Amino acid sequence: MDKAVSYQKSIGASTENLSEIRKFVTNYAQKHGFSKNQIADIRLAVDEAATNIIKHAYKSDDSQTLTIKLEFDDEKLCVTLTDQGISFDVKKYKSPDIKQQIAKKKRGGMGIHLMKNLMDEVSYKVKNQENVLRMSKNRN
Amino acid sequence: MKNFKINHRNKSGLEVLDLQGELDAHTASQLEDVLKNLINSNKSNIIVNFKDLDYIASAGLGVFMAYIEDVRSIGGDIKLTNMNDKVYNVFDLLGFPTLYDIFEDEHHAIDKFINDNE
Repeated sequence: MDKAVSYQKSIGASTENLSEIRKFVTNYAQKHGFSKNQIADIRLAVDEAATNIIKHAYKSDDSQTLTIKLEFDDEKLCVTLTDQGISFDVKKYKSPDIKQQIAKKKRGGMGIHLMKNLMDEVSYKVKNQENVLRMSKNRN
Repeated sequence: MKNFKINHRNKSGLEVLDLQGELDAHTASQLEDVLKNLINSNKSNIIVNFKDLDYIASAGLGVFMAYIEDVRSIGGDIKLTNMNDKVYNVFDLLGFPTLYDIFEDEHHAIDKFINDNE
């Protein structure tokens, strides 16, 4: 069975475009019958993923581009974000300790924590010099 | 695009910031500038009212993380109020409720400041 419907958008790597990215995701998730709460989760997870790409993979170089692909099927939405920037070292990631970070006036690390909490699956791999982040949200 | 606004007002001798719209990695710098200015002028009793804030991403929370120690070290605090459920959920997922005073309504934050400063 192959009833998946997909949409793709390439957009400049600038935080200025985050609201447009959120709109893109929200519109299609709505169209495909996701609930208000589910959409809020998806929207935030995608925003966090895109923010990390812009800030860390591309170091805020807005001449770069990131690509977002949405694939809807009967069971879930799969979101894939692709960039050609600096890869993220998954092994170095530690869950954020907010109390400690406040004491050290440090920020960061929160985006991944949120993505893992808000989505049903999150995976990251480097393939053909591209970083591919894939997240899915089940309908039920 | 103007999808975020901050209004600054005084109430009972406290600094109140009303946030409106969407606070993300792009708009967070506006909040950062306003907070920095308050701290630099030694205004450290700060309430942030989220009533009209529709959306927050972790970059918004990062601003509060970066300045809370400065504010507390000069005897003040940043208290957060009137969040909608979705916005509160983000703070909750990251464990903020044990580290920050978060109130359902602004007047609770005012009462807390007044009681603490007595």
